[in-house]
Amino acid sequence: MGWFNYFKQSKPTSAKVAKERLQIVIAHERLDRNGPEYLPQLRRDIMEVIRKYVPISDEQVNVQFEKGADFDVLELNIALPDRDH
Amino acid sequence: MSRIVVVTSGKGGVGKTTTSAAFATGLAMRGYKTAVIDFDVGLRNLDLIMGCERRVVYDFVNVINNEASLNQALIRDKHVENLHILPASQTRDKDALTPEGVGRVMDDLHELGFDFIVCDSPAGIERGAHMAMYYADDAIVVTNPEVSSVRDSDRILGLLQSKTHRAERGESVREHLLITRYSPARVQAGEMLAMEDILEILAVPLIGVIPESQSVLQASNSGAPVILDKVSDAGQAYDDFVRRFLGETVPHRFLEVEKKGFFKKLFG
Repeated sequence: MGWFNYFKQSKPTSAKVAKERLQIVIAHERLDRNGPEYLPQLRRDIMEVIRKYVPISDEQVNVQFEKGADFDVLELNIALPDRDH
Repeated sequence: MSRIVVVTSGKGGVGKTTTSAAFATGLAMRGYKTAVIDFDVGLRNLDLIMGCERRVVYDFVNVINNEASLNQALIRDKHVENLHILPASQTRDKDALTPEGVGRVMDDLHELGFDFIVCDSPAGIERGAHMAMYYADDAIVVTNPEVSSVRDSDRILGLLQSKTHRAERGESVREHLLITRYSPARVQAGEMLAMEDILEILAVPLIGVIPESQSVLQASNSGAPVILDKVSDAGQAYDDFVRRFLGETVPHRFLEVEKKGFFKKLFG
């Protein structure tokens, strides 16, 4: 193979794709397991409501649940689509 | 107290039984009195990997049900001293395992003076896997450099942190990551998740990397744990892993592609 590999660099390797996919799915699953039981359903409901107004994909909604000493924080981060579209 | 170590993974076929057999053999080789228990009720296989399948008379479930004594059921290993195998039942269903029954066997093994109890977990996250991890002090999480295995390992880590006796008491199970079937050449080619990537995702201390090796199949064919094959790369990697588990500082090996010769470098 040798220097032929040079031409392949433009495409991410399958290992890199695997890593990125894992990071996303595991982050979601950890959230569900550390947060309250209603969290997965809550996320689905929120998605549904937002989709009534803007088309968004699953990755554009980030629900974070953090346990604090006195109170827990539910953080909602929604990336809306580009304005041009 | 005996130190209880579960070998677990979530996913099947990643090398739990191969690892349990090699690990228990390695501990016994170093003089520790070790018991290795097959928790895969209904699908026993540790006996085959350890080469004692024809000497199974009583099993783990017989002991739990008081149909046999622990001494009757424990099989003395033929390769090394200080090593005993407690086979799984081939006929019962997994509901035979109860926290009380398993706890009693653990206490009895402690009474018999065992230093280590290695629990070979079945695949999945059901009763057998839960019981295998329940009393663990340490967990060896066996992971292949492959997406489904890494994901399942993360799932198992979640269970170790919530569904074990230690977790219930507000303590934690010590977690160790063991990567098996690793192929440095494929990692270099970008076809396989690198050890560093898996560590970054799972965030568990690494205790060993076992290279993909033909010697593992040969070992299981002959019923002699691969750690006894001292010339094989996998055997040596398992030996390094056991030493690390016992607190030695041992550098990781078999992580790089073997150096090519001059001609291969030019034309390879």
